[in-house]
Amino acid sequence: MKPFTYAKANDRADATSQAADDATFIAGGTNLLDLTKLEVMAPDRLVDINRLDLAEISETDEGGLRIGALVSNSDCAAHVRVRQVYPVLSRAILAGASGQLRNKATTGGNLCQRTRCYYFYDTAMPCNKREPGSGCQALQGFNRIHAILGASEACIATYPGDMAVAMTALDAAVEIESAAGEVRLIPVRDFHRLPGDHPEKDNILEAGDLITAVILPPPVTGRQIYRKVRDRASYAFALCSMAAVVEMDGDRIASAALAFGGLAHKPWRDEAVEALLVGEKPSAALFGRAADQLLAEARGYGSNDFKIALTRRVLIAVLTEATQEGAAA
Amino acid sequence: MTAHQKMDKADERNRLDDMVQGLVGTPMDRPEGPLKVSGQATYAHEWDVPDMLYGVLARATISKGRVTDVASSGLIGKNGVRAVITDDRLLRRPAQGGADEAPAQGAKQVDYFGQPIALVVAETFEQARHGANRLEISYEAEGNAAFDPEAEDTDTDLPEDDQLDQGDLDQAMRDAAFTVDQVYRTPGHNSAAMEPHCAIASWDGDKLTLRGSYQMLNFNINELADALHIVPDNIHMLSPYVGGGFGSKLGISPEAVSAALAAKEVGQPVCVALSRPQVFETTMRRSETRQHVRLACGEDGVLTGIGHECLVSNLPGEGFYEPVTQATHFLYGGKHRKLGIEVARVNRTCGGSVRAPGEAVGMQVLENALDELAEASGIDPVELRKRNVPDRHPEQDIPYSSRRFVEALDEGARRFQWDECNKKPGSLREGDWLIGHGMAGASRVNILSEAKARVTLQADGSALVETDMTDIGTGTYAILTQIAGEMLGLPAAKVETRLGDTDFPRGPGSGGSWGAASTGSAVFLACEEIRGTIAEAMGIEEDELTLADGKAGKGEAARPLADILAGKPLSAIGHIEPGQTLEEMQQATYGSYFAEVAVNAVTGETRVRRMLGVFGAGRILNEKTATSQCYGGMIWGIGSALTEELVFDNRDGHIVNHDLAEYHIPVNLDVPQIEVVLLEERDEYASPIQAKGIGELGICGAAAAVTNAIYNATGIRVRDYPATLDKLLADLPEA
Amino acid sequence: METTELTVNGKRHELEADSRVTLLDALRNHLGLTGTKKGCDHGQCGACTVIVEGRRINSCLTLACMHDGDEITTIEGLGEPGNLSDLQAAFVAHDGFQCGYCTPGQICSATAMIEEAKAGWPSFVSDDLAGPDALSDEEISERMSGNLCRCAAYPNIVNAIRQVAGGKS
Repeated sequence: MKPFTYAKANDRADATSQAADDATFIAGGTNLLDLTKLEVMAPDRLVDINRLDLAEISETDEGGLRIGALVSNSDCAAHVRVRQVYPVLSRAILAGASGQLRNKATTGGNLCQRTRCYYFYDTAMPCNKREPGSGCQALQGFNRIHAILGASEACIATYPGDMAVAMTALDAAVEIESAAGEVRLIPVRDFHRLPGDHPEKDNILEAGDLITAVILPPPVTGRQIYRKVRDRASYAFALCSMAAVVEMDGDRIASAALAFGGLAHKPWRDEAVEALLVGEKPSAALFGRAADQLLAEARGYGSNDFKIALTRRVLIAVLTEATQEGAAA
Repeated sequence: MTAHQKMDKADERNRLDDMVQGLVGTPMDRPEGPLKVSGQATYAHEWDVPDMLYGVLARATISKGRVTDVASSGLIGKNGVRAVITDDRLLRRPAQGGADEAPAQGAKQVDYFGQPIALVVAETFEQARHGANRLEISYEAEGNAAFDPEAEDTDTDLPEDDQLDQGDLDQAMRDAAFTVDQVYRTPGHNSAAMEPHCAIASWDGDKLTLRGSYQMLNFNINELADALHIVPDNIHMLSPYVGGGFGSKLGISPEAVSAALAAKEVGQPVCVALSRPQVFETTMRRSETRQHVRLACGEDGVLTGIGHECLVSNLPGEGFYEPVTQATHFLYGGKHRKLGIEVARVNRTCGGSVRAPGEAVGMQVLENALDELAEASGIDPVELRKRNVPDRHPEQDIPYSSRRFVEALDEGARRFQWDECNKKPGSLREGDWLIGHGMAGASRVNILSEAKARVTLQADGSALVETDMTDIGTGTYAILTQIAGEMLGLPAAKVETRLGDTDFPRGPGSGGSWGAASTGSAVFLACEEIRGTIAEAMGIEEDELTLADGKAGKGEAARPLADILAGKPLSAIGHIEPGQTLEEMQQATYGSYFAEVAVNAVTGETRVRRMLGVFGAGRILNEKTATSQCYGGMIWGIGSALTEELVFDNRDGHIVNHDLAEYHIPVNLDVPQIEVVLLEERDEYASPIQAKGIGELGICGAAAAVTNAIYNATGIRVRDYPATLDKLLADLPEA
Repeated sequence: METTELTVNGKRHELEADSRVTLLDALRNHLGLTGTKKGCDHGQCGACTVIVEGRRINSCLTLACMHDGDEITTIEGLGEPGNLSDLQAAFVAHDGFQCGYCTPGQICSATAMIEEAKAGWPSFVSDDLAGPDALSDEEISERMSGNLCRCAAYPNIVNAIRQVAGGKS
């Protein structure tokens, strides 16, 4: 860990003004300190934002929820209203990490969680994300946990989190305050980037930007499911995860919001898949077409080839469950 | 006083059974337990050593070649950095178990990616860590490294002692009614003990005190002395608590020697702890294996031939190789036999002992093959095994010592209700889950090693047991306390056991499952000697002496030991040596496993729902700690079956998943409530306490029960471990 | 250098240390409280679990200077030989450990976990997000999965916790 200066921010203005000067925010620190110990990240200045007034969950005027950026994963998952009307979010958070990590990890920090690519984590390895232009060692290396969708020749890393996958399916938005004090709302689905030629940029945050909250829209009716597939029963990152919010109208699908984790550099949402489902009667054939659509451009890199078949099976199973007759909301 | 016994013949006296204190065998709590659960047990990093500096090792980032420069001068004197150690005595590889001499030294030569090159010493841990990260090392790489054990151009050699060609296996295969002829692969494993390797070195003139985390101090002290070019008498090693070993701490590792060299150079104590990635990269790995198994049997299922030909790997020049066929030699009959091991020479982290070297992966595969033969022949897997238990060693024609294999198979089948279990692969389904049952046999060679221990019956009537033996979680504190208490008629609270100190009488340490029987026998012999002296004082024969609850004699006539001692402590050293019984008898431990798994029909994820192990390992010294050892072994089996795999990048030989996030050892939710049954047994050929080893038996075949159950659940044979979901997906029912 | 006031097991400490010092290293290397263990230093094993302001966290993944004024409970604060906490005693009785290295983390984790369950927090394996009525073995196992044990004392860890938490087998 490189030496750094450490300062506590007292309020938002203090935080963003300090950060504009090339500092890194620290909230829970569970991912940042993991990476700084390895010197995968080596910030010169840390600004501790834990004193900021961002740890509340409140109802919005529209009937949704505003989850403060410093709300811990545990508090978010255990929040009564989240459990009642956004169960997919509770389930997704509870599927991630461990009880200890969820107690420390924050809503804003979790959005910024960096990839678990083995080569990104090992500073002896070339990595375009860690060191732009140095090359991608995963492309022809061991890439079991890597992307099958939206990757580039520069980077096939995945976003490893669970929470943002559920938020993507829920059409949540990230509230960001810039160094200049401007507040903007970015849909979670647009928050993370695809790697393209600049995999060093995980998301759309600019220097000095501070995530202040995640806004959940008013609850939707319908079935909510989070399915996570991993290499051990608990405490492991997703090989593939799926968040589904599906509403039926009689025997037809009224709406479907589907997001996938572990497959791409961002939580993956494909509106063409959803459009294909809406208005249709659930059937194996329909779900098979949905999987075809989702995976039309999918590409494996060797050790992650299985994810294509796995995702197909997960999609079909989750849609089958979500559209079963008598399925509870 | 020294009491000596060499096991040249069976000890049929079963003396422990004559004792009346009633401690041995009971599920007594670990005496050190309260210290461990309250954070007061002192592990290697936790000694309060004044003026201690911290050292962090810097690693090689090439796979083979030479270090041409270590840019030390840029670091020293700044940011708390005190020294950069590049001494020629730095270890290049860890020492193999029982090496008793220094392993490969000289870190200027690079043999594998991640090898330690230099030690950065600083005032604080944070400064040393950053210094090691910043240290610039220049290399001259050699291009002829080999990484893939199975590559055509990788050099291999055939250890002479491990090639058996008896009869004509090819002919037996042709003549057989049923055969199995399959290739299986198991990946590399890391011990991943929870305590990373650590050493604190401090010098007082020429005298070195090394507080470390090691399993076999009697050997470690010589390895360290040889590495440092000093005499062992100038070293004092302390390892009273070891946070898990599983083979990774059998020999000294880079932290020990670098800490000692650094402490000498800077003139202050130095603490060196490995980071978790360094534990993966610079301590022992279990070799991956390729195992070609051939089985031939008649219509009756009786084996006529066994082939077990294996490819393993290690660094060039390493004498150790994974002894995959160890139990295959004696477990099952069959006249025609071809067993061999080939060693590929690769530039990967050093291969060495990881819990139950040999059987852990050899039995796992052999027991898969037996399952395949059971299916081919239509004979129940339990019955098939029972039909193939030989009367005498099928190669050496020697008898077996106590062997409760058949009883373990029968008892396991009865308890698991094996007859009621699913017989048709892929036919049992509960919702999304495919249910299957599987079983496997267990076996592990038994070893007795030379050991000494001192027992002192103190004037107040309490006893002190002292030996350099270690407790790596195995229960040594408990069982030595129990043996001494039993023999001397003392409650456990009146016995204190001190371990892990080279100033105490020496033994073989913890490894190869020999610790309990070996050092336990030494304690037994010392106590017998003390009993003799007490008996003499009372004017009776030793075998007439009754010692119980701190008193000698029976009933009203019983006298407190303190009275008999009259202020004089009695001390004796027990000394056990292995002898002819190890040569003339095949000694081993045996057992059976039964497992029920659920395989998700959608995703291929496997969950173990039930697991039973039945084991016969001679006298059980402590039912509680022995059971825990078996849990541990079986859960390692679950990991080996389902999740554990060291992944090497064959472009440079580096370990890709060198941490606990990506090297998946089982977590709590991976493990059901497991049932362990310990069979009543005495093996008088094994040791004077009739005990055998149990620390590794629980893993030897356990994974096969799980993968055999996966086959039963799905109809899919995974012959390439671990059975991760990707290997099942293609053949699962349609989604 | 940062000056941080920590209250550990009820005792106030003033720590003057490099800002890089984690809470774990502060406890072990600066305050002499070595009961809290370092198993991986990266939040992958749980050996360093302590209770901060009532909640279990990995002390390796947080800086000491971020805890100015915080109340911290470590294994040393839960009990000592002769006066063990119920969980500590249950771990001894059920042999919920072997080498003992992960044990302080397991016990700190379990101590706080029982409170989480009492507060009605659901887990990944809860059928109903309203939270479980009682801690089943599966609930205990999932909630304790952030604490690795290589000796694999898991069945006995569950037994010990079940005894104290009053769960159902």
